[in-house]
Amino acid sequence: MIHRNPQLDKNRALQHLLTTEGLPASILVQILDTAESFVGVTEREVKKVPLLRGKSIFNLFFEPSTRTRTTFEIAAKRLSADVINLNVGASSQTKGETLLDTVDNLSAMYADMFVVRHAQSGAAHLIAKHVQPGVHVINAGDGRHAHPTQALLDMFTIRRYKHEFHNLRVAIIGDILHSRVARSQVHALTTLGVPEVRVIAPKTLLPSKVERLGVHVYHDMNSGLKDVDVLMMLRLQNERMQGAHLPSSEEYFKYYGLTPEKLSIAKSDAIVLHPGPMNRGVEIDSAVADGSQSVILPQVTFGIAVRMAVMSILAGHQV
Amino acid sequence: MNSKHNTAHNTALPDAEILIDQLVKKIRAESDKRFALVGIHTGGVWLAERLHQMLNISYPLGTLSISFYRDDFDKIGLHAQVKPTDIPFAVDGAHILLVDDVLQTGRTIRAAINALFDYGRPASISLAVLVDRGDRELPICAQYIGTELNLPKERTIVLDRGDGHFSLGLEKKNDIESVEEGRRE
Repeated sequence: MIHRNPQLDKNRALQHLLTTEGLPASILVQILDTAESFVGVTEREVKKVPLLRGKSIFNLFFEPSTRTRTTFEIAAKRLSADVINLNVGASSQTKGETLLDTVDNLSAMYADMFVVRHAQSGAAHLIAKHVQPGVHVINAGDGRHAHPTQALLDMFTIRRYKHEFHNLRVAIIGDILHSRVARSQVHALTTLGVPEVRVIAPKTLLPSKVERLGVHVYHDMNSGLKDVDVLMMLRLQNERMQGAHLPSSEEYFKYYGLTPEKLSIAKSDAIVLHPGPMNRGVEIDSAVADGSQSVILPQVTFGIAVRMAVMSILAGHQV
Repeated sequence: MNSKHNTAHNTALPDAEILIDQLVKKIRAESDKRFALVGIHTGGVWLAERLHQMLNISYPLGTLSISFYRDDFDKIGLHAQVKPTDIPFAVDGAHILLVDDVLQTGRTIRAAINALFDYGRPASISLAVLVDRGDRELPICAQYIGTELNLPKERTIVLDRGDGHFSLGLEKKNDIESVEEGRRE
């Protein structure tokens, strides 16, 4: 049985965006290049283009999220699409059947695209396998597995400030264990040719055998941040932690919080990213978050352009 | 150079440099308007750069990509390389001269007008093209034309720029896809 990447059709064109894993560099670059044009759109007076006029995009959020859902909604509306938001409360007993029933019902209303966030890994994949040809699925975060649009907007941000990937040292710092963002970032960084990807975290916040992803592991900021060009901060996922992974958030901040002093260990022109929302004083010091090396707010702007690019590429997909 | 309804096959295409000179003369003769130039990617931008220089236009040059305004998105999707749109002057109240290399169906110009209106309300929009090959599908016309050409339907006419020197060439259209690509971005 030939194991085909469900995101790509038989011509290797993108038909769903589920994970950065397994996507060729050409597709990632296509998304980044397309997003460049959309940045211009978001900066002008009339922030809309008619590209997706008449298309219906359904935001299926089984996990609560205002910010991610809002950015997808803004992106879709700037493409002139119709957006319908469904906040389906996730019961702990959500079964595959119920999920697909929901999707079937919406498909009967001629949905063109689903943006899906779910607490269970693989939910978006399940939906993608289930929908009719011509209906596209974007994974807005599934369990601990993937959050591809976040990784893509991070790549876009890095490219904007650093221009090239092939000469960078990138460090991902924080709660890697619970982070779907980190996994998507690692795949994207390595596909785009970043020669050295580091993860910096206490042992309790690293998945076992994380080296298999091709990353260099550090438990100490002082060594881990040396000569780093890009710092990608992760939020301490309080709501995901069950059991004591850490003594306290103060303890975490002492060893892993990004302060101006720790930032100075990295290259002087290093940039600091954070997917948000930030826990100030836990994983990042306000002085850094609001400082000159932070690109956290540009990330938000770029996030809209990147999501517009993904939606446009998918909507323009030829069946 | 006789420019009325030539049926051109290969080497019988007019000299692009001569056409550009003629086009500039026509625009100068009627320029009671202070034009702001906007070139349509890609051939129209090259042409607009040359016109901008020769006409000594005071407004900075605008460049327009119509990718987001095309009427065939559902048929052919998004072009892989979307060129940027840059309108570095206020569209409100401006007399805009749109510039493109070839005018055929008029759909590109329709898209360009819609795009410009998303930037503001121009005082007027005029159109300058190097080659008008007819076969309009919309009620669109150019005010300044280099030459009118009658070309075989299965051929695309392209403007080439080698070392800053312009020339016209004919290419074969294969199928629907290359018809769309022949309509320059």
